[in-house]
Amino acid sequence: MSTVHLWPRRVVESQLARPLILIVLIFVLWDLVIRVFKIPPYLIPAPWDVARMLVAEWPRLWRESLFTGYATLGGFGLSILFGIPIAMLIAYSRLVESYVYPLLVFSQSVPKIAIAPLFVVWFGFGIFPKVISAFLLGFFPVVVATVMGFKSMETEMIDLARSMRASRLQMFLKFSLPQALPSIFSGLKVSATLAVVGAVVGEFVGSNSGIGYVLQIANGNFDLPLMFAALFVLSMMGVILFAIVDVVEKMMIPWHQSRRADVMTVTA
Amino acid sequence: MHMDPGDATRPALIRMLGVAKSYRTAEGEVESLQPLEFDIREGEFLSIVGPSGCGKSTLLKLVGGLLPATRGSIEIAGKRVEGPAGSIGIVFQNHVLLAWRTVLENIMLQIEVRKLPHGRGIEHARELVEMVGLKGFENKYPWQLSGGMQQRASICRALVHDPAILLMDEPFGALDAMTREKMNLELQRIWSAAKKTVLLITHSIPEAIFLSDRVLVMSERPGSIAGIYDVPLPRPRTLAMMGGVEFGALAQTIRAHFYAQGSLDA
Ligand SMILES: Nc1ncnc2c1ncn2[C@@H]1O[C@H](COP(=O)(O)OP(=O)(O)O)[C@@H](O)[C@H]1O
Ligand SMILES: [Mg+2]
Repeated sequence: MSTVHLWPRRVVESQLARPLILIVLIFVLWDLVIRVFKIPPYLIPAPWDVARMLVAEWPRLWRESLFTGYATLGGFGLSILFGIPIAMLIAYSRLVESYVYPLLVFSQSVPKIAIAPLFVVWFGFGIFPKVISAFLLGFFPVVVATVMGFKSMETEMIDLARSMRASRLQMFLKFSLPQALPSIFSGLKVSATLAVVGAVVGEFVGSNSGIGYVLQIANGNFDLPLMFAALFVLSMMGVILFAIVDVVEKMMIPWHQSRRADVMTVTA
Repeated sequence: MHMDPGDATRPALIRMLGVAKSYRTAEGEVESLQPLEFDIREGEFLSIVGPSGCGKSTLLKLVGGLLPATRGSIEIAGKRVEGPAGSIGIVFQNHVLLAWRTVLENIMLQIEVRKLPHGRGIEHARELVEMVGLKGFENKYPWQLSGGMQQRASICRALVHDPAILLMDEPFGALDAMTREKMNLELQRIWSAAKKTVLLITHSIPEAIFLSDRVLVMSERPGSIAGIYDVPLPRPRTLAMMGGVEFGALAQTIRAHFYAQGSLDA
């Protein structure tokens, strides 16, 4: 018996094809909904209008997305630079944990959008306040995931290391760090996408550049196709940053469960 | 040819000198081991059986220098235990293989951490891998192995630095009966070839008798010595001996301890 496939199976099952197929389906559905329910373009633009806008405004969108990209990368970089060492201090010292952790949680509960204008007052309209905003959103997931990674070491593994008379440095390099890496990377992935959001929040409150600024303008003019195009560019930035972290993860922890493509167990 | 199993003339290597342990918990002190007084002789294979929670793992960690004693002390070769001793290998209840290292790399971890010569270490590691039947799996990751193979790899890791003392905490608990018997035969071979002093914790009475020179039975928590039995069976032992009269009688005697206590650890 033979089955008829819309696409050859190899294409359907490839990693990249699946999300693309989903995107196409969403576009078709989007188009269909607008036609069937006769939704006016000032509420939801048609997908073709957005696509046309994307092409027409591409030079501008590209230029503006560079500003947002720099702020995002800056904030994400700072999140790693400060997040991981602080998390290690928290994981290894009860004293630091008891002082710093509650403060961190408290600071996270402050809505960033509410304090973002303050950064404009303090740091002006340059890129710096956007970097800070991206950092503030990206920082916390890195800390939480890293703390969890270092704290989740089983007691038996600690006993094993001690039975080998491992020094503190060996304990860290040969046991704790590799053991914490999967958790750290999952934190980095969340952080990467949040850093994009942070950068845009920074641009919302005081900027004349960046995708956040384009969104502001489009919003003011009721230019919905431009707004949707800008949102699409933003999403792509998040996806690309996420993918980069994913590739680095693949290189650094090829042994992790999530990487086991074809699981095959042998029996004794 | 190994020394006579019941040979009491061999010198004591590990001495429990009234060693006792209480854990400090949120609900106060929990006494888990009463003061213990016994010796493990050089080259002896001694097993400990007892109901769960009676302090077997605690005792093993005390001997391994992983836990401080609350009272009393332990001496190894005349030196008081104050931390992990140099010449010890431990097999833990869970294999504790590092997921990011292959079988061979996991075994070599012991050599790396102790900063022993790499060349001799890897040679010995390969010998051990061959002996426990893991040849061909050196470059596999732990998750690619079955439970029995994982535990065999962790036994290699505990032996690769050629320790004088081997401590094992219910190493075969997770294995099926067939694999377990095979492992018992392998362990007997390793022990008689390498002349090590072995402390084995198990909840299988037949396993304890099959492998040991002496079997120590512990009482319920807080643990104390309920009895110590010599195993007078000749070596090397065969699985067929398990059906013998002597074997059965000893197993019955030991089992009686647990029925008297109303609990059997299984
Ligand atoms: N870290 C710990 N803190 C508090 N109590 C413990 C700890 N480890 C073990 N115990 C208690 O000590 C007793 C003996 O434990 P253990 O040595 O693991 O027993 P066994 O190995 O014989 O099953 C148990 O009742 C257990 O609850
Ligand atoms: Mg135990």
